[in-house]
Amino acid sequence: MIPEIEELYQEVILDHSRRPRNFGELPDAAVRVHGDNPACGDEIHLAVKFDADGGLEDIKFTGRGCAISQASASLMTMKLKGKIRAEVVEMLRAFHDLVTDETSEAPKNLGDLRVMSGVRRFPQRVKCAMLPWRAVEQALEQRAGEATVSTEPA
Amino acid sequence: MHKIASTSVDWSALREDFPILREQAHGHPLIYFDSAATSQKPRAVIDALRNFYEHENANVHRGLHMLSSRATEAYEKARQRVADYIGAASADEIVFTRGTTESINLVAQAWGGKFIREGDVILLTVMEHHSNLVPWQLLAERTGARLRFVPVRNDGTLDLEQISSLLTPEVKLFAFTHISNSLGTINPVAELCEKAHAVGALTLIDAAQSAGHLPIDVREWGCDFLAFSGHKMCGPTGIGVLYGRAEILDSIPPWHGGGEMIVSVALEKSAFKKAPHRFEAGTPNIAGAIGLAAAIDYIEQIGRPAIFEHDSQLARYAAQRLTELPGTRVFGPKEERGALAGFVMDAAHPHDLTTFADQYGLAMRGGHHCNQPLMRRFGVSGTTRASFYFYNTTEEIDRMIEILHAAVRFFS
Repeated sequence: MIPEIEELYQEVILDHSRRPRNFGELPDAAVRVHGDNPACGDEIHLAVKFDADGGLEDIKFTGRGCAISQASASLMTMKLKGKIRAEVVEMLRAFHDLVTDETSEAPKNLGDLRVMSGVRRFPQRVKCAMLPWRAVEQALEQRAGEATVSTEPA
Repeated sequence: MHKIASTSVDWSALREDFPILREQAHGHPLIYFDSAATSQKPRAVIDALRNFYEHENANVHRGLHMLSSRATEAYEKARQRVADYIGAASADEIVFTRGTTESINLVAQAWGGKFIREGDVILLTVMEHHSNLVPWQLLAERTGARLRFVPVRNDGTLDLEQISSLLTPEVKLFAFTHISNSLGTINPVAELCEKAHAVGALTLIDAAQSAGHLPIDVREWGCDFLAFSGHKMCGPTGIGVLYGRAEILDSIPPWHGGGEMIVSVALEKSAFKKAPHRFEAGTPNIAGAIGLAAAIDYIEQIGRPAIFEHDSQLARYAAQRLTELPGTRVFGPKEERGALAGFVMDAAHPHDLTTFADQYGLAMRGGHHCNQPLMRRFGVSGTTRASFYFYNTTEEIDRMIEILHAAVRFFS
């Protein structure tokens, strides 16, 4: 097998793409964000419930997409569940650096998400990895109701 | 495994004409299966561009010096070459544009702006590329015209039984693709033109996927407009063609204003040249037109019937071999198909497949192929597309199947 392929599609990523965690509906969600990647037609529906302090009490997603976007969403929801708002913002920045910046050291607090670092060698796939994160970013801003985000600026 | 038994053309020798086919991709021999997006360029076209810039470069239609005469002559000869290539009655029916997209926008804006009114209908099909959909949406928004669509059947062909009920007298234009860029469907263009004309509608054919693959005869088909791009038929990027029947082109007001397209200019008002120069404001893509003529010369040396036979056999072979792969759905007609095969696999998303294949030197396209409504029609967000040209081989398709088998093992 080709090393670049194995680096991009690590076993953890394949596992999460085949059996995504936190995949499903969240009936009492405060915010629902619909995320689109117009480049490929992939979509994610992210549902978030906040606790009294505005932290992420629960987070689930549905939708369809490539292994990278599905695994990114699955790993992201596992990581962000129960985090306070400031931690989510910090992780969003750290994850973006992880998948785009050749020189960035993968910060320890990203945990399992560090398996996504292979994406940085595939610039066309950054949008796939970032799609669920764009949705969660919008959810934080939105706080309530529904919204749509896109990986392409409109 | 069946071999392609074809004409006397030495197809593998033609590969030598394409310098880029000697490239390696990620350490593997390049297999270029993305010619529906853009074709590769033969040495003859690359040389024609260089020759122009080294020996003929000047602006056209305005200088009196030697180089300007040479450039003008070469540019207008290219126009005649295009006219002959598609069976147009005259070079005056050939407008040079940037490509298919610009050609269609010219018709939508200049012709549509003059002749389309509220309540008129533009008939399209569900299989149109965004370039033959969005310009009409914009026109409809501006004028209050409506769009109607010929549905696509499960086998990827147009539902021709619906056409008579869709082609009502309100239809002013029927615009459709010759070959679908996702399904490979070859539409019966002459029949569609005849049906449209029976209700007084004009016709526009998007020949982007066919111009370099099939003989085209605008007079035999009876179409009013035909649009195509140079870069999908061995030519350079940034040059394309709009064919318009003479009497119709002459009835259309100018589109872009500027130099080259005027007879005289006063401060308040100008008089415009006749078609096609009326539609070519500013300095045109002179080298591009000359490169396109060189591409036409190259294609005609091989012969379009032979190219079509070769390419459609490759496409049928690919479509048939793809069905050997587990959990694979191939789109489009089984028998008659253009030079491509679109498919989805249960094992992997099109983007994962194309990323995987690329690491083995295999260039394919994954995504919606500017066909979002068509993808929705078939219940997918995208497909993987392998598209072919005469420089591709059955051996390359066999290698693709091996790589896809490896992808199934890896992603499952």
